[in-house]
Amino acid sequence: MSRQTDTHLARTLATPEFTERFDARDWEALIGQARTSDLLGQLAERLHDTGRIERVPPQVRFHLDAALRIAALHRDSLLNELAVIGDALQSLGQPVLLLKGAAYAAAGLRAGRSRLFNDIDLMVAKDVIERAEGALFRCGWRPTHLNSYDQRYYREWMHELPPIEHMTRGTVIDLHHTIVPPTSGHIPDAAQLIADARPVALPHCPDVFHVLSPVDMVMHSACHLFFGELQKGLRDLYDLHCLLDEFSPEPGFWTALLPRARAQQLEYPVLLTLRFAQRIFGTDIPEAVASEGRKRLAARPTGALTDHLIDASMYPLHPSSDSPWRRARRQILYARSHWLRMPLHLLIPHLAYKAFIHDDGKAA
Amino acid sequence: MPLHGTASCGPQAERPVSPRLHLSALPPAELRQRLRSRNGLRLQLGRFVAGIRSNFDSVAEGLHALYADYPVASDDDFCDYPVEVRSSGLRRYVRPQAIFRFEGMQPFKPLPGDQAVAMLEWGLNWVFTNHAQHYLIIHAAVLERDGLGLVMAAPPGSGKSTLCAALALRGWRLLSDELAMVGLDDGLLMPLPRPVSLKNQSIDIVRQLPGQPVIGPIAHDTAKGTVAHMRAPRASVEAALKPVQPRWILFPQFAAGHALDIEANGKAHTFMQLVSNSFNYPRLGVTGFEAMDRLVDGCDGYTARYGSLDQIVPALESICTRSA
Repeated sequence: MSRQTDTHLARTLATPEFTERFDARDWEALIGQARTSDLLGQLAERLHDTGRIERVPPQVRFHLDAALRIAALHRDSLLNELAVIGDALQSLGQPVLLLKGAAYAAAGLRAGRSRLFNDIDLMVAKDVIERAEGALFRCGWRPTHLNSYDQRYYREWMHELPPIEHMTRGTVIDLHHTIVPPTSGHIPDAAQLIADARPVALPHCPDVFHVLSPVDMVMHSACHLFFGELQKGLRDLYDLHCLLDEFSPEPGFWTALLPRARAQQLEYPVLLTLRFAQRIFGTDIPEAVASEGRKRLAARPTGALTDHLIDASMYPLHPSSDSPWRRARRQILYARSHWLRMPLHLLIPHLAYKAFIHDDGKAA
Repeated sequence: MPLHGTASCGPQAERPVSPRLHLSALPPAELRQRLRSRNGLRLQLGRFVAGIRSNFDSVAEGLHALYADYPVASDDDFCDYPVEVRSSGLRRYVRPQAIFRFEGMQPFKPLPGDQAVAMLEWGLNWVFTNHAQHYLIIHAAVLERDGLGLVMAAPPGSGKSTLCAALALRGWRLLSDELAMVGLDDGLLMPLPRPVSLKNQSIDIVRQLPGQPVIGPIAHDTAKGTVAHMRAPRASVEAALKPVQPRWILFPQFAAGHALDIEANGKAHTFMQLVSNSFNYPRLGVTGFEAMDRLVDGCDGYTARYGSLDQIVPALESICTRSA
């Protein structure tokens, strides 16, 4: 790792003019960091938006253009899948929420432009979730986790059903009934999230799809990042930076954000979002909100330690930005994510099962 | 580094190849030292620059044997694909393992240390098929004769590489032994000449062919059996920036003792066979379909069953001529 290159990606995404004096080693660090962080498409978009793409050397631009090409095809296939899913779930007579990557893309948000994702995340009310699953089974999706322990893990403890995969096309769907695992002790009002969701219109698709309201979308994205394993920390934080930036002019957005998060018991990840988005990408946050956030974070007992750990996950896992100490801190964060997801009386038996009994070969 | 708007790093603006240093000019000690350096040995492979790092002396020897004629890129050039094959930790001393990394990521499990050279080749194939997404990439050998391209697609074990080596030794230009890279915008075959991968009996068959084949180090007991590579002919390496119009598509099927039997294929059959041999066809969506359609439309397709090189080589030389 070199101290001179370790923030190349974050700084370029924040301010593309940063690339002005880049030499070949700088471009290599930038492209490598974007490849390992799943941010190559977003980087290309950012360079296009600001006109900097014209000054990118052709050999480098080749890789950015390839990322844009793949992302455009990825988007086409997402729209095809959503048309099929929309048909399948129309009979529920209830809104189907798109979450994360699929939501950003479907709603035409900047965060979704040329962003790749592996799964399509959907959310429906808990009382219809099994009907939704059945409808998808009838259209060719199949469970991937056949092991009865895994089935119970998801169905009893998690906020989503076990992932299902389409038997010919391979598309994976995660079907959620809320946005955080109930075992984490945070219980947001899922019915309220669904009631406040906004419809999105998609080509060749029945009008069933919705996305979370701006405040809720930021809240969910923040939970996903800071309650998760932070393996794609920089990518997820960039999503949040784009969301905050785009929602900022919406009337009432900033005044509603922290009170709503507090009411839904999800204030902490939103506070971390404000801090890290501002630190890493220089996100423009109204001073009143930013200082309120700083004050509330400072009141938490483990603030400095968590901050130090999370900071490590905001560097790409690339030789130009990684170090043994940063890797060690990532490992601790990985353990932390499990601790946050379940209380110890559930977590210890779960980890013991995974370590000693569970056999993937048998599950398949 | 004069990156902006100059020719030094332009892929379309053809890179000057001739005045460059070639790998054969590097003394063995310097080659080993470059492989161990931070930036690695920067090797020009077709239109790409690979930055290769390794702490295996066998990789230095393998590169020296197989890539002698390749230009070494200048340090001012952008490296497209940084790769690494190394042993690490205490395993370096006890039954060393070869670990492949691309951009620090480790896409495969380690292999025994004596397969380091083969792992570098397989790793590079993986990198190209997963990252060079301006091309429809088909698992096929590609050669040029009279300015037109022959694409030979087949599953492993069909004799494709042996036949490819035999044709290359008879003066056909080698574009690739493994990867047909069809330009999505121009439909042309992009050369990526690299060593020809030979398995088991085909190593000895190729060794005995006329044309002075150079065979690199042999790796035993790999997942594919015994593996060695034949150096790509120098003329092919020197022409590595010249794309080729595809003209013939062949599905070779070697079977010991079989008489020669060549039949023409319909377009639909050729299309579907190529799809099943493609690495990134589904990922490219409509664009992939259009590129495949253009490829198949402009080519004659054949299936050839044969029992020896003596049968198939003359047959191909009569089919693959510009007048045909």
